[in-house]
Amino acid sequence: MLDWLYSVWPGLEASVTLLSLEPPGWGGNLVRGAVNSLIIALGAFGLGGVIGIFGAVGKLGGGAVTRDLLAVYTTVVRAVPELILILLLYYAGTDLLNQFLRLLGQRPVEISGLVAGIGVLGIVQGAYATEVLRGAIQAVPKGQLEAARAFGMGRVQTFRRVTFPAMLPLALPGLSNLWLIATKDTALLAIVGFSELTLETRQAAGSTRAYFTFFLAAGAIYLVMTLLSGRIFGWIEARFRRGQAGARA
Amino acid sequence: MKKILLTASAVALFAGAAAADPVRVGIAAEPYPPFSAPDAAGNWVGWEIDIINAVCEAAELECEITPTAWDGIIPALVSGRIDAIMASMSITEDRLQTIAFSDPYYNTPTVIVGQRGMEMDATPEGLAGMVLGVQVSTIHQTYAQTYFEGETEIRTYQTQDEANQDLASGRIDATQADSLAMEDFLNSDAGACCELKGAVAHDEAILGAGVGVGLRQGDDELRDQFNAGIAAILENGTYDEITSRYFATSIYGQ
Amino acid sequence: MNEEMILGRPAPLKDWFKPHRLVLMVLALGLMLWAALSMRWDWIPRYAELGAQGLWRTMWLLGLSILIGSAMAVPLGLAQAAGPFWLAAPARWFCTLIRGTPLLLQIWLIYYGLGSLFPQYPWIRQSELWPYLRQAWPYALMALSFSFAGYEGEVMRGAFKSVPHGQLEAARAYGFSRFAVFRRIWLPQALARALPTLGGETILQLKATPLVATITVIDIYAVASRVRQDTFIIYEPLILLALIYMIIAGLIAFGFRAAEKRFTRGLGA
Repeated sequence: MLDWLYSVWPGLEASVTLLSLEPPGWGGNLVRGAVNSLIIALGAFGLGGVIGIFGAVGKLGGGAVTRDLLAVYTTVVRAVPELILILLLYYAGTDLLNQFLRLLGQRPVEISGLVAGIGVLGIVQGAYATEVLRGAIQAVPKGQLEAARAFGMGRVQTFRRVTFPAMLPLALPGLSNLWLIATKDTALLAIVGFSELTLETRQAAGSTRAYFTFFLAAGAIYLVMTLLSGRIFGWIEARFRRGQAGARA
Repeated sequence: MKKILLTASAVALFAGAAAADPVRVGIAAEPYPPFSAPDAAGNWVGWEIDIINAVCEAAELECEITPTAWDGIIPALVSGRIDAIMASMSITEDRLQTIAFSDPYYNTPTVIVGQRGMEMDATPEGLAGMVLGVQVSTIHQTYAQTYFEGETEIRTYQTQDEANQDLASGRIDATQADSLAMEDFLNSDAGACCELKGAVAHDEAILGAGVGVGLRQGDDELRDQFNAGIAAILENGTYDEITSRYFATSIYGQ
Repeated sequence: MNEEMILGRPAPLKDWFKPHRLVLMVLALGLMLWAALSMRWDWIPRYAELGAQGLWRTMWLLGLSILIGSAMAVPLGLAQAAGPFWLAAPARWFCTLIRGTPLLLQIWLIYYGLGSLFPQYPWIRQSELWPYLRQAWPYALMALSFSFAGYEGEVMRGAFKSVPHGQLEAARAYGFSRFAVFRRIWLPQALARALPTLGGETILQLKATPLVATITVIDIYAVASRVRQDTFIIYEPLILLALIYMIIAGLIAFGFRAAEKRFTRGLGA
């Protein structure tokens, strides 16, 4: 079967060799890059979610100054290209953090590319997550909160036990969208030289001059990642929606 | 305040134990054969990689090779993401205003490589009307902008590899780069398109006096260590031994 | 991604003069003053002309790619919403492919991937298209247009589907031809439903344009990179660049909001 394919498609055998997982194939490098991309995307998505929760709560219930500062944060992140934010945060972020630590009398830290990547993309994700979660929290029926207060729950307890679980299904479509953005935005870290999938692909393509083969292969890997995670999010959503008749976002 | 401390400790946790503090030597994260390029197993190999290891060993430094985007390698050094640059970076007046350099460890001429059969040479007149590709943030870009821009269309690439690729595809007529890197390209299959058109006229202010280790200004101790390492491997023959594995002639210059 | 998430909502004018806002504004002004005085901006006059050219290139790439992408999005959406299987499937795949992979990778695939095939076909260099194939901008325009078409095609699919079927049947009953139904009823309603997303998508597209600098197109981002490269000033060009993009995004948001107000006037919406 393979032999027949190779005979009608002469370039295929060379491509298969180039993509094999063991050297001389570069497939192993691509897989390593893909794993790095996934780790960064997961980290950034998680960090973004945490920022988003605090941001949403701050925007809805914070003081006037908190709300304004959060508005500046979300506006800037949503208006400035991610590429520029990444460059600014990647270089200036390390610098500022270390100056800040020095002010506190701590010794400067070395931040690995991985942590910097997660931090930078997490800050970008956080702005969008703030808006997604704010919308979801607002959509939780007021009556539920009033009922919780009537039962004597405090503000924190109300948020933890009522608002948070009630808004999660409403936020899921937006969050799944953000996750897709996170996986794709990891590609931008190639510009600052972090060895995720896109940079590994570029290196492999440059070294072998098989640009078409490698870019197509990387595209396929990204596609598998996004399609699979789409399925997983669909499944989670279906589970959370169970018993929540009429809950629509 | 509690929050600040929390963030600080979280950062410290992420950064891990920075006790040993190895010297992070930045190399360009883009393939630049035969000086440094990743192989299929994901390891960086090449003349410059071997030299880094030899210099660090001779200087008794614990070095950690850190691939960094070439276009941002100086910001990375200045902001402290890396401690030294060994990425075929020439010592130039412009760069000396921002960073410091060790003694040079190699020096090679700058050449123009162009399409086979096209009439051109490495002068402003010879390149008039042509499209010339150069790598961003290199002496070649500065040189081309100073001497050729206007009459010649200059295209700027993120990596020399991509300029070579566009030379092979015919999108550009010529590229200006380091002679040894171009020799490697001309010997490859893709290089069949093209031939050496000559070396450009030397301009010390732009092309610099060889390639050195880029360091932060004021890191004098580290600079002395690198200088001692370079001197040591030149002295004990390690330098020549490594060079002979990659090149037919010496590339130290002078 | 819904509209408000990207465009935000402007505060009423009187809210700008609350005491805490005034304090924040003074602080912001102080920060700007500090930046203006203590950072280096002496390079701006030297690069003003290059910057203007780059800005112009960014803007026409943005405008043209949105025009082409929108034109592609209508058939893409229609094919998915109502087309036969052999049309719906490729359209769905196109949108999935575009939306499922990073734009940076698409740009590199289109530019370097296609370019790497050229040496195998020498006749390409003799063809009449060669002067264009040599340039970088056609590839940038293609990648950006495809990207916009992929995302907006998905929006159009939903828009076509959301037009009530009864309206189309009623029109048919009135003796409208199939084409007239499409042109007079289906398309205008679908477009009206898709229009509110256009502002947000335009800003997302603007934010995608600097990626073309990686394939040698000299847009405003590439000019800022050149400043950094020439002068070794790192942060100032990036900060100015961020400011420029924020102003453009603000103008786009403002323009779309004004347009929306005009178009929805009298619709009771």
